Amino acid sequence: MAALDRVKVLVLGDSGVGKSSLVHLLCHNQVLGNPSWTVGCSVDVRIHDYKEGTPEEKTYYIELWDVGGSVGSATSVKSTRAVFYNLLNGIILVHDLTNKKSSQNLYRWSLEALNRDVAPTGVLVTNGDYDREQFADNQIPLLVIGTKLDQIPETKRNEVLTRTAFLAEDFNAEEINLDCTNPRYLAAGSSNAVKLSRFFDKVIEKRYFLRDGNQIPGFSERKRFGGGTVKSLHYD
Amino acid sequence: MSFLIDSSIMFTSQVLFFGFGWLFFMRKLFKDYEVRQYVVQVIFSVTFAFSCTMFELIIFEILGVLNSSSRYFHWKLNLCVILLILVFMVPFYIGYFVVSNIRLLHRQKLLFACVLWLTFMYFFWKLGDPFPILSPKHGILSIEQLISRVGVIGVTLMALLSGFGAVNCPYTYMSYFLRNVTDADILALERRLLQTMDMIVSKKKRIAVAHRTMFQRGEVHNKPTGFWGMIKSVTTSVPGSENLSLIQQEVDALEELSRQLFLETADLHATKERIEYSKTFQGKYFNFLGYFFSIYCVWKIFMATINIVFDRVGKTDPVTRGIEITVNYLGIQFDVKFWSQHISFILVGIIIVTSIRGLLITLTKFFYAISSSKSSNVIVLLLAQIMGMYFVSSVLLIRMSMPPEYRIIITEVLGELQFNFYHRWFDVIFLVSALSSILFLYLAHKQAPEKHMAL
Repeated sequence: MAALDRVKVLVLGDSGVGKSSLVHLLCHNQVLGNPSWTVGCSVDVRIHDYKEGTPEEKTYYIELWDVGGSVGSATSVKSTRAVFYNLLNGIILVHDLTNKKSSQNLYRWSLEALNRDVAPTGVLVTNGDYDREQFADNQIPLLVIGTKLDQIPETKRNEVLTRTAFLAEDFNAEEINLDCTNPRYLAAGSSNAVKLSRFFDKVIEKRYFLRDGNQIPGFSERKRFGGGTVKSLHYD
Repeated sequence: MSFLIDSSIMFTSQVLFFGFGWLFFMRKLFKDYEVRQYVVQVIFSVTFAFSCTMFELIIFEILGVLNSSSRYFHWKLNLCVILLILVFMVPFYIGYFVVSNIRLLHRQKLLFACVLWLTFMYFFWKLGDPFPILSPKHGILSIEQLISRVGVIGVTLMALLSGFGAVNCPYTYMSYFLRNVTDADILALERRLLQTMDMIVSKKKRIAVAHRTMFQRGEVHNKPTGFWGMIKSVTTSVPGSENLSLIQQEVDALEELSRQLFLETADLHATKERIEYSKTFQGKYFNFLGYFFSIYCVWKIFMATINIVFDRVGKTDPVTRGIEITVNYLGIQFDVKFWSQHISFILVGIIIVTSIRGLLITLTKFFYAISSSKSSNVIVLLLAQIMGMYFVSSVLLIRMSMPPEYRIIITEVLGELQFNFYHRWFDVIFLVSALSSILFLYLAHKQAPEKHMAL
């Protein structure tokens, strides 16, 4: 089989939200039997048909980089993690529906990856307007996924889903809520599968088809600025 | 009447401590988690509150605040409550939360929690046998029995932490031990890490493509499930799957390598930060402190060895000895009673505050390192248990630092414990812990530059 083109999508979120299970589900259509701590970064590959069912159908590799750790890690760990944020084409933000703090931490995760990190204070900025401005001109497609949906009792579901809808709006992104231990949430033809497909199509489009003046280089060299830490390419 | 006033004072201070424990829990420990079981938070704060009240009573004893009989009453009360918490409540809840995490035993949670608690009690009781901690004339369920065992565990913990802390403190403060790390080293390691990731990705692509072609061709390759499936897979094999399993093994090895490289890179970044920090003014100050602490550490190890070898336990406390020295040798006359009270208050106060602070910081670091969203409840309760035992045994050991007239209440309340045993036990464990920490740090230090040079 001829070599396919590739895109790189980052999977970010707090420890224990289920990123590894999610990535395994996305790539192998199977539930991960023995989830364990992710040290560093684990990568997996999904083969995606861009514009499936149309004459322009083309197959791409989607690399899902699952970066482990917590948002409040030591600076040394953050600098090491920054190595993986290079040349990214899309971000999947994962949060735990049963844990509000993991949803709040997504703002800091996204800022860390997009390298516009404000000095980390203990106070999170949750003012909607402020965040929307930041993410309005963001060129990298985002997707918000909430996990552990099965652990939310029926009575509380509406409340939780409203909250996550606001969250996804802040990021200007689509949202999917599922349970990583149940493959039927991503069954072919379900609305979740359609949203996922649309997200991956958008990522591929931005990478290979939309070049509005900013050349996106295809080589893997990194630019260094004055010996500082590794910075990802700014999409201004 | 005065008893009521004293009780209300004690009660207010307990509420204050409870509030402090609550805040600490919310702001520091459970910073990244959501508190769903408030029971855990309450238990933690209650343990903290009652432990601090014990220290407060010691301070009141020295300062002579409150009525003597009401102090005694509160001592007994406090001790009973703390023992109740440490021996009954916390272990039971730990068992309960451990069982709730295991999906199988979900139905009979309470039953299994009780079983776990009974096992804990059994081992807890057995703990008392090899140690000469009690005079045999006490009954089964008396305060002395429980406190003696709690004391053994707590003193062991204290000595382990002190030993490790005494060695680790100069090691981290002094810049003499910092390895030389340059930017080029970090860059080289990062490049290796990314290369490894790229290799993993390319191998996974091959596997994914192979799976897809097989799927499209209609041969669905199922992983052998179950016992019979494994036996079958030994004799029959799908062509091409051997190739895949080989690639999969290579991927596993590469993933392990990538984890190692990641940890090494993080380590190098941390060392580089420490080097930069040591050039600042604060860093230089800590460096100087480090030399001072290393001398103190050597002295403590030396004293512990002498205590064990010559089988002596200090008879007088440092305050009285210090005063004796000043009066006898330096000829300065001053009111011994007055000054001994104030100096012992300050000394004991400092010891209490630094040990509380040190313990809370260590617990927080420990909690961040090992907790996850599933096990956070269990770990916090374990920490509450450790904290309670630690504070109870510091009361036992603090007795040594106080002049005889203030030791009375501790001796009265805690009964006829063999206090000398605890001091001896502390010295032994301290020595063991300090020496093994030195060995451990030496090995870790030696190993790191070699790994680093091999790149």
